[in-house]
This record gives sequence, C-alpha cells and structure tokens, in this order.
Amino acid sequence: MSNNADFRICPDTGFKIHLPADKLIKWNAVTAVVFLLVGGIFGLGVALTRWPAVHLLPADWFYLALTAHGFDVLLVWMIFFEMAILYFAGAVLLGSRLAAPKVAWVGYWMMLGGALITNIAVLRGDSSVMFTSYVPMQAAPDFYLGIIIFAVGALLGCFVFFGTLVIAKQEKTYEGSVPLVTFGAITAAIIAVFTIATGAIILIPTLLWSVGYVGHIDSVMYKVVWWAMGHSSQQINVAAHIAVWYALAAILFGAKPLSEKVSRMAFLLYILFLQLASAHHLLVEPGLSSEFKIFNTSYAIYLAVLASMIHGLTVPGSVEAAQRKKGFTNGLFEWLRKAPWGNPSFSGFALSLVMFGFLGGISGVMMGTEQLNIITHNTMYVPGHFHGTVVVGSTLAFMALAYWLVPVLWQRELVFPGLAKWQPYLFGIGMGLASVFMMGAGTLGVPRRHWDMSFADATMPYDFPGAAHLMMGLNGIAALIGGIGGTIFILNMVGTILWGKPKSKAAAEPEKPAAPAQPTVVSGYGSAGTMAVPGTFTLAMVFLVAFVLYYFVNWKYLAGVWGLS
Amino acid sequence: MAIFPPAQRIWWKEPIERSEILWITIALVWSLILFFMMPYWHLVGEQNLSNEAYRIKPDVFAERTEAMADKYTVREEGDTGTPVVHPPAGGDIYMLARLWEWWPVLELEKDQTYRLHLSSVDWVHGFSLLPENINIQVHPEYEMVITVTPNRAGEYSVVCNEFCGIGHHTMVGKIYVVDK
Amino acid sequence: MSDEAQGDGANPVDEPIPFMQQVLDNPFLLLFIGITVPTVFYLIWGVMEIVSIPIAD
Ligand code: HEM
Ligand SMILES: [Cu+2]
Ligand SMILES: [Cu+2]
Repeated sequence: MSNNADFRICPDTGFKIHLPADKLIKWNAVTAVVFLLVGGIFGLGVALTRWPAVHLLPADWFYLALTAHGFDVLLVWMIFFEMAILYFAGAVLLGSRLAAPKVAWVGYWMMLGGALITNIAVLRGDSSVMFTSYVPMQAAPDFYLGIIIFAVGALLGCFVFFGTLVIAKQEKTYEGSVPLVTFGAITAAIIAVFTIATGAIILIPTLLWSVGYVGHIDSVMYKVVWWAMGHSSQQINVAAHIAVWYALAAILFGAKPLSEKVSRMAFLLYILFLQLASAHHLLVEPGLSSEFKIFNTSYAIYLAVLASMIHGLTVPGSVEAAQRKKGFTNGLFEWLRKAPWGNPSFSGFALSLVMFGFLGGISGVMMGTEQLNIITHNTMYVPGHFHGTVVVGSTLAFMALAYWLVPVLWQRELVFPGLAKWQPYLFGIGMGLASVFMMGAGTLGVPRRHWDMSFADATMPYDFPGAAHLMMGLNGIAALIGGIGGTIFILNMVGTILWGKPKSKAAAEPEKPAAPAQPTVVSGYGSAGTMAVPGTFTLAMVFLVAFVLYYFVNWKYLAGVWGLS
Repeated sequence: MAIFPPAQRIWWKEPIERSEILWITIALVWSLILFFMMPYWHLVGEQNLSNEAYRIKPDVFAERTEAMADKYTVREEGDTGTPVVHPPAGGDIYMLARLWEWWPVLELEKDQTYRLHLSSVDWVHGFSLLPENINIQVHPEYEMVITVTPNRAGEYSVVCNEFCGIGHHTMVGKIYVVDK
Repeated sequence: MSDEAQGDGANPVDEPIPFMQQVLDNPFLLLFIGITVPTVFYLIWGVMEIVSIPIAD
C-alpha cells in the first residue's frame, strides 16, 4: 500500500503524482528519445542514399540502416513513449498510485534489453531483413528474440496500466468516468494488447524456425498474422496521439471536449474496427478474396475513418470553443490567429493535426482502397504515406507533449527556448515535404526499400523519368531540414534534463504552457457542446473537398492502366 | 477538460451541437461512398485483381514456365541470355521470380487478353510493371492468375519492389507489347 | 452545469447511468471486444481463406 509520502504535488498543475510513476514516466520518455536519435540517424543515412546525386551508403549498409531505422523509430521510439503516456494517463491523470511498479520496471528492462538485442543483431550485418522480416528470408535468431522480449515487456506495461485503472477505481481517486485522455489511452492499450498477442503468435514460430525447430513457415500466412501486429501497432500510435491532442488542447487552452459522448464513441469505433485495417497490406496478395479485402481494408465500411474525421473536428473545435469563450470571437479565424504559435507545444500540436489529416489520412484511405492499392503498393508512395502519419502525425504530437511534460516533470526550464520555437516548423514542414516528395516518387513508380533507382548493376535497367530522380533528391533535402528539426528537439530534451535551470516558482510567462490546477480557471468543465465552432467547421469542409478530389483523381489514374481481372 | 473526469455524472445525455451532428452526417455519407466504390468498381471498372490463386510447388511452376518458353521463344534479349517469349494471344503466360531476375521476357500483343501466372521459386518478390505502375505481390508456393489486357504498345519493365536481399535493386525484367 | 469539481451536474444522484455510458466506462469489456472483433474478422477469416486455397492441378 502507498501513503502520501509516495506522492508529490506538481507545482505547475496541482496533479498528485505517484513517485514511482514519476520515475517510470521519465525513464521511458528519455529512452524513447535516445532511440529516436539513433533511428533518426539511420533515417538520414537512408534518405541521403536515396538521393541519387548523393547515394551515400553502399548497398549492404543501406539495407542494414533501413532495417535499423524501421525498427528503432517505429517500434522502439514510439512504444517507449507510449509507455510513458500510459503511465501518465493512468497514474497522474487519475491521481492514483501505479499498480505494481516493480512489474513496470521489469517491463522497462525487457523492452530495453530486447531493443538492444535486435539492434546488435542488425548491426552485426546478418539480419538486414527489414523490420517486417518476411519469410522465407531469414534473420539471425536473436533478431526475432529481441523483438519478442521487447513486446513482452510492452505487454507488462499495458497490464500495469490496466491494473492502475482498477486501483484508481477501488481507491476512489476520481469520481464518475475517467478523463477523456485516459479513455484515449485505454483505447491505445487495448489495441496494444492485440498487437502484442499477434506478434507473439507469429514471431515465436519464426524464432523456432530460425533455429531449426520448425521446418517451414508459409509466407502468405506469415504476412497475414505479422500485419495484425505491424499495422495494429500503428493504430496504437494513432489512438495515443489523438489522446495527446485532446490533452494538449486542455493543457494549452483549458479546452473542454465539445461532447464527451461523441469523442468517446469515436474512440469506441477505433477499438472495434481500427485493427481490421491490417488488411491494407494484403490487397495485392494471392489467395485472399475481395470480400475479405473490402470488408477489412475499409475497417467495416470506413467506420474508423468516420471516427478519425470526428476527432479531426472535435479536437480543433474544442480549441475554438475555448478561445471564443476567452473573447476571440471576431470572424471565422481570430481564435486561430491569436493562438500561441510561438509555443512549440501548440505549433507542434497544430501542425501534427493538420498534416496527419491532409498528408497521412487522405493518402492512407486512397492507398487502402482495394483497387487503388494496385497503383501504389510497395512504391515510395507507402513510406510517403506513413511519414505523414507516424512522423508528422504521431512523432510531432509526442514532441509537442514533451515540450510541456519534460519541464513540468523535471521542474526545469527548457535550455534552448529560442530554438524550440522553430523546431516544430523545421521538423514538421521538413518531414511533411519529405512525405509529399516520397508520394510523388511513388506515383511515378519508384520502388521502396531500393538502393539504386538508376539500376546501374541490372542487366535490363529501367530508365526512370527525370522527375522521379528529382523527387528523390528533393526528398533528401527535405529530410535534411527535418533532421535539423529532430536534432534540435533532442538537444532541447537532453539539455533540459541534464542542465536545465530549475524552475523558479514565481515566473509565469504568458506563453508558458501550464494546466490550470483548478477547474474554476475555466468556467465549469462539462462539455463545451453548445458552442458553435464555425471556423473549425469551415476548415473541416476544406479538408473534405481536398479528400474527395484527391480520391477521385486516383481512380481516374487507375482507369488508364492495363485492364486487369 | 479532457484531462479531468467529466463534470457530469451522466454525460451521455448532453446535447450535441448542430455543426457537430452535421459533420458526423457528412462524414458518414462519405464513408459509405468510399466503401461502395470498391464493389462498384468490381462491376464496372476494368482494373480488378482476380481472386484466382493456387498452391504450387516451385519446381512445378518452373517447369510450366520453361515449357512455355521452349515452345514460343522468338529471340534473345540483347546479350543477357534471357529468352523473349511470344505466346499465342488469349492463352496462359508465365512469369517466374527468382533471385534476382524475372524470367522470361514476354512479348504480348496490344489489346489481347492473357492469363498471367505469377509465382516465385525462392523468396517473396514484388512485381512492379513500369511505367504503368501496376504492383502485385509474388509469393513462393502460391500462384496468382491475373487476366491482363495491355492497352498500349511499347517497352515495359518489371522492377522488383519487395526487398529480396542484396541483389534486390538489380532485379529487373521486361515485357514488350507489340501491335498485331 | 455545476462548477464544483466532480459535481453531479444536472443529474440527480439516483438517476441510473445509461447503458452505453456503462459500456464505455468498462475498460475490460472494451478490451474483450477490442480483441474479439479483429481476431474473428481479420485473423480467423484471413487464415481460413489461405488454408482453403486449392492446389494447382
Ligand atoms: C530524420 C527523420 C527521418 C528521415 C530522414 C526518414 C527517412 C526515411 C526514408 C528515406 C525511408 C526510406 C524509404 C525506402 O527506401 O523504402 C524511411 C523509411 C521508414 N521510416 Fe523514416 N525517416 C525519418 C523519421 C522516421 C520516424 C520518426 C519514423 C517513425 C516514427 C519513421 C518510420 C519509418 C519506417 C517504418 C520506414 C520503413 C522502413 C522499411 O521500409 O522497412 N521514420 N524513412
Ligand atoms: Cu525480388
Ligand atoms: Cu526485390
């Protein structure tokens, strides 16, 4: 049992923070950032190699770096940070003690150990199989082993989160329903449990196969089950970063959800249907029926897309409602113009929201359409799409949260506030452009995971149009800009933790992000449902028009290619 | 606020603002359109992948491919040693993927329809027909049969776009489409 | 609407919680359906289809 000595009161927010949770959040977040650095360096190496004029790495190093990049950023950075979010949304937001901190630490060390084992296997050079490791191509056994250990560690973290929910309810640390942000975290954790379970189902036999105990693994079966993990893990990111959006809207603006009911139902649609989209990866695979493909790739009639479109309205809508209440009521957009664009927590959040929708969301739905997948599958369009989701969407949202969370948890001032102001723009716009250029290259057919688009060593080389080479060059430049942005983020985080000035209690700059400790700061905190949000609605309609046009343009493009049936 | 529990014990009955309801309705309609485009295209569109697939032993598939090549080879592709095969229009044609080539080179006739059989004899590969940008996954031990109708004459390349080891970027094949 | 923290708002304390709100307040029920739905529609359906692919003649 815990007593009050195990808690501290956060001077900025008034939250009651369980000390073991505090420490776990910090360690998970820091470890995440370190792996973002490692993975980001590999990413730059990859981008500079794919820039035809630079062609930085030799072929074997390129495939090695690409394997490490995918693993370190997509799995390690994201999931470590998500553990921090789960502990935050569980213990801190509910004012509860964390269930079984020891188990959480075992989970942490397993994740770290697993990540290191797999990284070593990759760096050794005998496991450059991409993080998807499609059989029958084989990696060294420790490549699979590391991922399994990592995943089990993450599963322990999810159990600790669910346990914390139980404790908070039993000990009545809150009343009524959990906060919406915690509900979003529950959504992420549920998807995580499915993700990890399917990961175990497929990776354990694959490990046994790699050491010779299992004779054969069917390659289509592998892909079906692997993507139940691989795609669902992306859905953890989506659910988590939407929870982060709601949190940032509340922290920065005191925003209330437009409607608890609508936002929670949208999360419920995620819980029900988001994971079906694993079928996105199987649309041009042999042997799966169109019925299976259509039902699953559309998340059962696009109900999860509906949910995302709802969040896309309610998150900025709650900001608009809060701003209007503060008196920014002129015209459609005064509330937006007068937002704190110099605060990296806000600019990161805003860019993440807009680019996730326009770049990641629209392209994802297009590419996930059964027939349209034919003209995008495995081209650069695919990395273009997911750098629009997981990089400028999730990663940027997590960065925005970190700008608030790190100074608050460590009680230190940011070391480079001036640079931090620019960071979300550099990273967001750099990687946003990279995403666009990759999609452009993919539209011209440039393959993903490919060392040499000039085919210098091929016996029957294919000549890509100049525009394709140009796209990959521009992608390299954009990646450099994004890389500078990423570096500033990491410098700021590590610098703040190591050398940041302790926060002085009195100094409260107007732009400082801080959650109002008392709900009285905003008048009541029920839903803001009766406020009209015309500005957000207008933006949403702009989004819809872009979506509709882009979607049908691609059908037109498809209609021109060879007949297939 | 979203970081605190809802103020009301019962939030389920709160009214929803009109613009929110309107947006949900619009989004739902759009979701339905997105969904029905797929079955609709199966009915009226000309680009749909067939669901025809078989399990097949790699050596059996290789044999069938070679049988086609033995019968219909018309020349060799440059000095690559790869045969160019011109099978009769309307028939079954085979393309085999292996580390790191697409075999053989095919020569097809414009506006004719063929049953294209694709499979791999070793690892997973990616059939990417350029500049058309038609992309299909190719697995070992599975044969996928697609009816194709080339609609323009010209020289096409087949690039591998699934990572298949260190020679992946050299794996390029060819398809010619000729006027009859 | 009440301004008090954790107030009961407009609802009298004895009004029963609506069914859907109870569902949304139950994380373990949600966990169960969140695992069952993709397992049935994606995993089991997908695996069944692969298993039933015919052998080439
Ligand atoms: C400095 C930042 C980054 C740069 C320059 C970068 C660049 C790239 C490039 C050029 C590719 C290669 C595409 C190919 O050849 O197929 C790639 C792949 C990928 N990136 Fe990034 N990226 C960055 C950050 C991230 C982050 C933060 C994430 C995830 C959170 C991410 C996830 C991935 C994944 C999953 C792949 C696919 C790997 C594969 O095909 O196996 N990237 N990235
Ligand atoms: Cu290949
Ligand atoms: Cu390949």
